[in-house]
Amino acid sequence: MKCIVTGGNVKALGKAIHALSRIGDEIYIEPLQEGLSLRAINTSRSAYACFLFTSLFFQRYQPGESGSDPDVGAFRCKVLMKSFLAVFRSLPALEKTVEKCLLSLNPRMNRFRVQLHCKYGVVKTHDLSFQECELLQAVFDKRQYAHLLRAPPRLLADAVVHFPLTLAEVTLGASPAGKVTLRSYLEEETEPSRMMVTEMCLSEEEFQAFHIKQETQITFCLKEFRGFLSFAESSNLSLDIHFDIPGRPAIFTVEDPVLELQLVLATLSESESRLPACTHKPVAPACDFTNDDIDAYMVAMETTCDGVEPSPSPTFHTRCSRSETGESESENEDTVLGTPPQKRFRSLFFGSVLSQSQAGTHSFSSQEVLAEDSEGDS
Amino acid sequence: MPFSTQPETGEEQNVLVATLDNVRNLSNILKAIHFKDHAICFVTSNGLKVTVENAKSLQANAFIQAGIFQEFAVQEESVTFRINLSVLLDCLTIFGTSSLPGTQAALRMCYQGYGYPLTLFLEEGGVVTVCNINTQEPEEILDFDFCSTNVVNKIILQSEGLREAFSELDMTSEVLQITMSPDKPYFRLSTFGNAGSTHLDYPKDSDLIEAFHCNKTQTNRYKISLLKPSIKALALSCKVSVRTDNRGFLSLQYMIRNEDGEICFVEYYCCPDEDITEAEL
Repeated sequence: MKCIVTGGNVKALGKAIHALSRIGDEIYIEPLQEGLSLRAINTSRSAYACFLFTSLFFQRYQPGESGSDPDVGAFRCKVLMKSFLAVFRSLPALEKTVEKCLLSLNPRMNRFRVQLHCKYGVVKTHDLSFQECELLQAVFDKRQYAHLLRAPPRLLADAVVHFPLTLAEVTLGASPAGKVTLRSYLEEETEPSRMMVTEMCLSEEEFQAFHIKQETQITFCLKEFRGFLSFAESSNLSLDIHFDIPGRPAIFTVEDPVLELQLVLATLSESESRLPACTHKPVAPACDFTNDDIDAYMVAMETTCDGVEPSPSPTFHTRCSRSETGESESENEDTVLGTPPQKRFRSLFFGSVLSQSQAGTHSFSSQEVLAEDSEGDS
Repeated sequence: MPFSTQPETGEEQNVLVATLDNVRNLSNILKAIHFKDHAICFVTSNGLKVTVENAKSLQANAFIQAGIFQEFAVQEESVTFRINLSVLLDCLTIFGTSSLPGTQAALRMCYQGYGYPLTLFLEEGGVVTVCNINTQEPEEILDFDFCSTNVVNKIILQSEGLREAFSELDMTSEVLQITMSPDKPYFRLSTFGNAGSTHLDYPKDSDLIEAFHCNKTQTNRYKISLLKPSIKALALSCKVSVRTDNRGFLSLQYMIRNEDGEICFVEYYCCPDEDITEAEL
């Protein structure tokens, strides 16, 4: 992989890294045919972000090695967020001094190189250590989601600044009547009298699209959301929020020919977010949540073997645009609701889970992995 | 009469009397070498030289020439004493470090000789503070024997060009590797840290480079922990001269312009780290 970023896009790239650094400790880099994908997932696996910079973003973009076999899947790697962030640490300096940024990934030479061409002909070359890794992919189909809100990211950014920085989660409520609220989520252990609750009300007119079928409240983590907003805000594009019943992940997307941003956040399941009083008992997950189901859930998080299937990587982009795959997938989506078994977002059960038999028949789908590594997450 | 607190007694006995209208012209320069508590001061009729050393491998010298002072009188050929630099700086900045107009403190510095304290009179807006700082037995300082005739490579560049580089140095790297060469890469700073390696290349025709005199390709490693304090000098300076001699010793000379537009110099010498093998290059 080799790509060149110039001008203001260098800062945009830097901002994206800063936003991703709010989500995970590692950054997953995947050069795809349609663009460079940078992903991150948080340690509790309740938040996942994928930023795809399409080839238009780059002055030059070459996903594979020159002369390499296009049938061989893209080489993916992950880099410590800290070391990648260090390259782009100072955004003002990036804007002021960097004229060109060159990213190159050469697995044969074991090198991931970020080269910054700065003012006065100074060249900074960072050779970062990386780890080869599996595909990191949250599985969902936003067409299955009942509700949609579209707004400029600015609107939400202006709303979330009012919440204290220590606040972990926020509840988004929307009703068909045209009211949208953002409210601090308080854990049930906290005494309400000792806590401050902040609530923001937004009206339908502030949204560019407002499709709410029934009154819904979802609760998701705020820190990752803030990071995403800070980047989305700089793009001047509109932000889509797809959500459904509580417990099903919320999907935030920003799309543009140059840039596709996705953030998937686990939401608290209904029993807990609606009935905080009864959660001192052993948490009763959804009544059909048997052991078998847990196994089925875990399928989505299992690791695929890299390179077993030479099919193109199922990114969000290709999935959404490929209408022919829609039908089989939507069946799969129906079988699944990601419901965290515990109050906190300890595990991530994004979107679709495939039963073993389905996985066998749909080889394309079986490639899809939620997260590369599932140990210790149940 | 050691440890006298009566400065009035016999001004003529002082071996050193120096006055300065703006104490910051002294304190700022001393800050550039303040990475250890103790410093050795050498005074001759040419001016004041303050030396700080670390680990027998690094030496920093600040030169404050006699012309910077409004009055500078030395009675002996040379006067040497050791002093606690932190205390000296605390005293020099006792009226604060603000550079706002009208907040200029004046200094009169006296020293009666071996065994006596260094006496500072600081005055701002009619308020006078008298500080007596005990002097200590001077110790031998290192002679780096860095001779300009042995200099192999020399580059003078705008400090601005190095400032960012030094502030972003990967401190997980044990060494800073400096390559100076008449051919590519000309001037390269490299670190090898946990996250990977970083190389910073300056082309020889860069606007940042004022003079480029490299005769031979040299690659030397210096302990990053030793060089890190030189950031203080870099921050104050406008130009820096980077030189290496035939033994790989490094000299960094910083040109610092004070508030009155006069030029002072701070110099750092550093020994190279152990020889690098070809394989590591």
